[in-house]
Amino acid sequence: MSKFKYLIDGIVKNNPTFVLVLGMCPTLATTTSAINGMGMGLATTAVLICSNMVISLLAPVIPNKVRIPCYIVVIAAFVTVVQFVMQAFTPSLYETLGIFIPLIVVNCIVLGRAEAFANKHSVGESALDGIGIGIGFTLALTCIGLVRELLGNLSAFDNKFSSSDGMLVFVLAPGAFLVLGYLMVLFNRLKDRKKKA
Amino acid sequence: MAIKSSLRNMVVVLTLVCLGASAAVAVVYAVTKDPIAAAVADKTNKAIEEVVPSFDNNPSEETMMVVADLQNPAETNKVYVARKGGEIVGYAIESTTKKGFGGPFTIMVGFTPDGKVYNTSVLSHSETPGLGAKITDKGSHFITQWKDKNLTDGSVNLTVKKDGGDIDAITASTISSRAFCNAMEIAANVFNNISTEKH
Amino acid sequence: MNTLIVSPSPHVHGKESTRKIMGDVIIALLPAVLVSIWFFGLSAIHLVCVSVLSCVVFEYLIQKLLLKGRSTVGDLSAVVTGVLLALNLPVCSPWWLIVIGAFVAIGVAKMTFGGLGQNLFNPALVARVVLLVSFPVLMTSTAFHAPETGYLFGNSDVAATALDATSGATPLGFVKEQLAKGVPMQEIMATPGLSYTQLLFARLGGSAGELSAIALIIGFIYLLCRRVIKPWISLSILLTVFVFAGILWLANPAKFTDPVFNLLSGGLLLGAFFMATDYVTSPMTAKGQVIFGIGIGIITILIREFGAYPEGVSFAILIMNATVPLLNRFQPKRFAVEAQKK
Repeated sequence: MSKFKYLIDGIVKNNPTFVLVLGMCPTLATTTSAINGMGMGLATTAVLICSNMVISLLAPVIPNKVRIPCYIVVIAAFVTVVQFVMQAFTPSLYETLGIFIPLIVVNCIVLGRAEAFANKHSVGESALDGIGIGIGFTLALTCIGLVRELLGNLSAFDNKFSSSDGMLVFVLAPGAFLVLGYLMVLFNRLKDRKKKA
Repeated sequence: MAIKSSLRNMVVVLTLVCLGASAAVAVVYAVTKDPIAAAVADKTNKAIEEVVPSFDNNPSEETMMVVADLQNPAETNKVYVARKGGEIVGYAIESTTKKGFGGPFTIMVGFTPDGKVYNTSVLSHSETPGLGAKITDKGSHFITQWKDKNLTDGSVNLTVKKDGGDIDAITASTISSRAFCNAMEIAANVFNNISTEKH
Repeated sequence: MNTLIVSPSPHVHGKESTRKIMGDVIIALLPAVLVSIWFFGLSAIHLVCVSVLSCVVFEYLIQKLLLKGRSTVGDLSAVVTGVLLALNLPVCSPWWLIVIGAFVAIGVAKMTFGGLGQNLFNPALVARVVLLVSFPVLMTSTAFHAPETGYLFGNSDVAATALDATSGATPLGFVKEQLAKGVPMQEIMATPGLSYTQLLFARLGGSAGELSAIALIIGFIYLLCRRVIKPWISLSILLTVFVFAGILWLANPAKFTDPVFNLLSGGLLLGAFFMATDYVTSPMTAKGQVIFGIGIGIITILIREFGAYPEGVSFAILIMNATVPLLNRFQPKRFAVEAQKK
C-alpha cells in the first residue's frame, strides 16, 4: 500500500464535502463565486496541512484526556496565522470571506482529521492526508462556486460574459443548497459507476 | 502510546501547547502588522482618490471628526481633507446608513468645496447580490446621477422619485436606493457642519 | 415486518382516479384561465400553452431518459402544474421565464423527490418562488405592461382606471408603496381600481390567476361539489386571514389594510383554493388541515404587513408544506404502533 493512496483517498473516497458531508457551514456560505470558494478551500487546506502535521508530531506527548483542547489550540493558532496573512496580502478576498476565516477553527473537517487520522499516523502520512482532504474540499467548493456563479451571475471566475443578471436564487442562500444537493448526486453516481467498472 | 493523563502531565502539556501557539501567533502578528496597516490605508486612499478631484497631500493624515446631526453630537463621521498646492480641493466624507436592506452600509462621498458631489464609493455593504448590491456599479445611472448635484443648498430633494423626490431609484431595489439617499443626506449634513465650524 | 402500516397521504390510487381528480382540477381552473384570456388575449393564451406544454415535456423527458420508467404524463398532474404555474406568473412573462419555471416545478420540485406523491412542496409554488427570487424585476414591476403589448378584446376603460401603469404594481404592492410615502390609508383606498367590486370581478396588475376573485370562487365551488377537496384548509386560511388582519386593522386603521381587502387581493384565493389544498403537500387529517390553514393565514399576513415583500401567500404555503409530515403524525392514532407495544 503506497502512501500516495492517502492523497487520493482525500479527494475521491473520503471527499469531505460530497462523501463525508463535513464543514457544511463554510461550504454553503462562501461559495457565491468560484474564486470565493477556492479561497476558502485553500485557506482551510493550509490550516489542515499544518495542524495535521503538528498534531501528529505532538500526539505521543499529549495526555489522552486533554487531547481535544490541545488540538483546538493548535488549530486556532494556525487559523489566526492564516487570517493575518490573508489580511495582509489578499485584503479583498479577506473582506469577502469575512467572518468565515476565523470560523475555520470550528470546521469539523480540521478537527475530524486530527482526531481520526493525524494522531494515529506519521508526520508524512498526515501531511499527505491534509493535502488530499484539502484538495478535495477546495475542488468541491470551487465546483459549487463555479456552478452558482455561472447560473446566478453569468460569469466564471469573476469574468462576466453577459451584462445581464442570471438566476439570482443561485447566488443567494437557497441556491447553495440546490447546487450542493445536485452536485452530491452527480459525484456519488460517478463514483459508484467507477467502482463497478 | 500517549503519556499518562495525570494532573501534572495535563497541566504541563496544555501550558506548553498554549505557549507555543501564542508564540507562533505573536511572530506572525509582528511580521504582518505593517502590511495589514498598509492594506487598510491603501483601501481608504483608493476610495478617497475615487471620490475627490486629484490632490497632492495625504488625506489620511488630515482628518477630522464632524457630527452630522447637531442634536446628536455623539455620532461623528470621519472627514478626509484633500488639498492640491495647499488649497482645499475636496472633502471625502464617510457616511453610514442604518436603513440598508441587508443591514447598515458605509459609503464615501466626495464633495468639492462649493458643496457639489464629485463622486461616491461604497466602502462596505451587505445588500442582496443583483439587486441592492447594484449600489456598487460604478458606471450605473444611479451612481452617476449624483455627480455635480449640489446637496447643500436645498435645491435637491434627497428622496427617490417614488417618494416624490429627485433621485432615480435602482429598479426593484427601492429600499437600498432609499438607504443610499439617507447616507447622502447624512454626508450633506456633515459637509454643512464642516462649513459652519470653519466660519 | 407484517404489521399493518398506516401511511400519510397520498395513497396509491388507480391511475384512472388520479386522472379523474386532475381533470376536475383543470375544469375548476378554467374560469380563472378564461378571465385572463378575456383581458389579455393572446399573451394569456401564450402563457398557458407554453407553461402546460413545457411541464408535460419535462415530465416525459425526465421520466423516460433519467428515471427510465413508464411515462406518467397520462395522469394529467403535469398539466395541472402547468396551469397553476401559468396562473402564478405575470401575463407578459417571456417564454424562457415560463420554461425555466416549468423546469424548476417538474424537475427540481417534483421529480427530484420521486415524482407525483413524493414531493414535499407544491411544484408550481416552488417554481414561482424561485422565479420571484431570481428575476424580481420581471416578476413584479413589468407585471402591468401586458395591456399595451397584447390586448385582444379591448377593455381600455378598465386599464385607464387601474393603477398607475408605469410603476406597474399589484394592488398590494401599490398600497405598500403608498404607505412608505406616508399617504394615509383612507386616501390610498380611494384610488380607482381598489374597490371591492373591482377586486371581486376583475382588476389588472398581478399574476394571471389573481385577476378575478369570482372566477376562483366558482372553481372552488365546483371542486367542492365534485368532492375533489374538503373545505377545511381553504376556510381556515381565509378565516385566519380575516380575523388576524381584522385585529391589526382595528388596532390601527391608518397603517393596516382592512380584512376584506386582504381576502380579495393578491394570490390569497388562488393559493387557498388550489395550491394549499394539493393532496400531496397538505395534511391528511381534518385537525392537521385546520392547523395547516391557520399557519398559512398567519404567515401570509405577517409577510404582507411587516415583511419586505408585498405578498406572502406562496411563501406561507411552502413554509407550512414543510410541516406536513409533522402534522400527519398528530392523528389518527397509529394503530400499528399501538398494536406493536402490546
